[in-house]
Amino acid sequence: MIRDLHNKLINGEITSEKLTEEYFDKIEKKDPEIQAFLSLNKEFALDKARAVDKKIKNGEKVDLLAGIPCGVKDNICISGLPVTAASKVLENYTAPYDAAVIKQLKRFDMVILGKNNLDEFAMGSSTENSAYQTTKNPHDISRVPGGTSGGGAAAVAAHECVWALGSDTGGSIRQPAALCGVVGLKPTYGMVSRYGLIAMASSFDQIGPLAKSVDDAAIVLSRISGKDRKDSTSMPTADKNYEDMLGGADISGLRIGVPREYFARDGLDKGVEQKIKAAIEKYENLGAKIIDINLPKPDLALATYYVIMPSEVSSNMARFDGIRFGQSVGAESEKTGADYTLWDIYFKSRAKYIGPEVKRRIMLGTYALSAGYYDQYYKKAQKVRSLIKREFEEAFQKVDLILGPTSPTPAFKIGEKSEDPLEMYLSDIYTVTANIVGIPAISIPCGTTSVDGKDLPAGMQLMGKWFDEETLLNAAYVFEKS
Amino acid sequence: MLSKDEVKRIAQLARMEITEKEAEKYSRELSDILGFVEKLNEADTEGIEPIAHITGAKNVLREDKVVEYGEETKKGIIENFPEKKDRFNKVKAVF
Repeated sequence: MIRDLHNKLINGEITSEKLTEEYFDKIEKKDPEIQAFLSLNKEFALDKARAVDKKIKNGEKVDLLAGIPCGVKDNICISGLPVTAASKVLENYTAPYDAAVIKQLKRFDMVILGKNNLDEFAMGSSTENSAYQTTKNPHDISRVPGGTSGGGAAAVAAHECVWALGSDTGGSIRQPAALCGVVGLKPTYGMVSRYGLIAMASSFDQIGPLAKSVDDAAIVLSRISGKDRKDSTSMPTADKNYEDMLGGADISGLRIGVPREYFARDGLDKGVEQKIKAAIEKYENLGAKIIDINLPKPDLALATYYVIMPSEVSSNMARFDGIRFGQSVGAESEKTGADYTLWDIYFKSRAKYIGPEVKRRIMLGTYALSAGYYDQYYKKAQKVRSLIKREFEEAFQKVDLILGPTSPTPAFKIGEKSEDPLEMYLSDIYTVTANIVGIPAISIPCGTTSVDGKDLPAGMQLMGKWFDEETLLNAAYVFEKS
Repeated sequence: MLSKDEVKRIAQLARMEITEKEAEKYSRELSDILGFVEKLNEADTEGIEPIAHITGAKNVLREDKVVEYGEETKKGIIENFPEKKDRFNKVKAVF
């Protein structure tokens, strides 16, 4: 889709200003219902669009992303704009600098329409944990869009933006992509700088695109990846144009592993399972070699995730202490006349402004890291993480890619799982593993399944080898095109 | 099972005020989740080293040099202080 729009822009069939206005019109019409955006950036967006139009008019070469309207998840900093992480803690916070990805993308003249809704501090699986609004799934507005990048996924699916930038800690790009019927890519850990992304679990977090097609996702990836001195975990990557490598490679002989453990599960919806099996057949017909493999049970990965992630969360969330930034009871005390001690400011600010799911994870992580329990939980989980990584290394000796469902179910009803945290956590069962071992993974639409008379999208997940986004994207592209 | 008292102790460590009702809720919910993560014990990790960095990066160093940020950024950071006096972050007495 990005290429088509780009061609229209450079051929003069449409201007970026007109295109941007059209998208704002769509947002105005649809977003009161979908609620995918937390804030809009109209003035700046139109300014940027006009600047791109001028460049084109002057015969300057512009990038594929130039003048194309997009959304950005509201946990990514854009200088001068609010960044809330969908939390009350950051209600009045304005980002003082650009995230590394934004700095890079600005060089390509992208047009940012606004900031997309998410679960508070990217913790959740349905976007219901936003402190501001509940985003609806455009395919059935009584259902969730998934999460935590639910705002971006819903906005792309509802045509409120061409593509969106999300973040993925345990499936937060892929699971909403699956539930909304769009493409979502989590790059290899270290591929994209995390500088300026509000940290959730630092050893898992990765920024990536939500898009209408694999080609679009590849275009974005090429422009956000690379080593950044401000993120010491980012790795030097070859300067590749992933979008130019698609469709070139034949996939006959490509070895796709299908883990048995991912299918024989009670929680896997029959409709979704059927779609995944059909996708496997399609790959076989395309010439790929389907290989049965064994991987650690997904439950083990989920248990590992739910120890390490909250531990990192509890440490990252310590910065919201009511002192350096964010909402504070201290600032109010001038009005209320309350005489708070330093201790009170920590305890009361955190109690008042942090939401329930975030608190739950802070508590869980604090417990797992506390004296006497560290070995039993955190250290044990890091050992199991090694073990799981080793099993993936072995699997990747035999196969090039691993295929399975992205989410065990299609979109669920709003409110259906919000009272039961453990039930909600199970939505991440197939996605967390890629974050645990750090590999790239993509979710692509693979048909719909009929639930209560509505056609709901199902997503297929492909996982690839470390830093081998090329094979991953190419296989996804070939599937999408056939 | 995590007792209410243990929950309160954790909240103390996390510097977070919680109500009686919350203590009860967390005692139940955290116990459920901890029950689920017991699955970790099914994995034999004898002789396995805990992972340090997933892509194997180590000792990533950079030059110890101050990099100046623009006035705009500095102003932005100060603007975000909950309480301030001039260019200073105002905090309560520590002692």
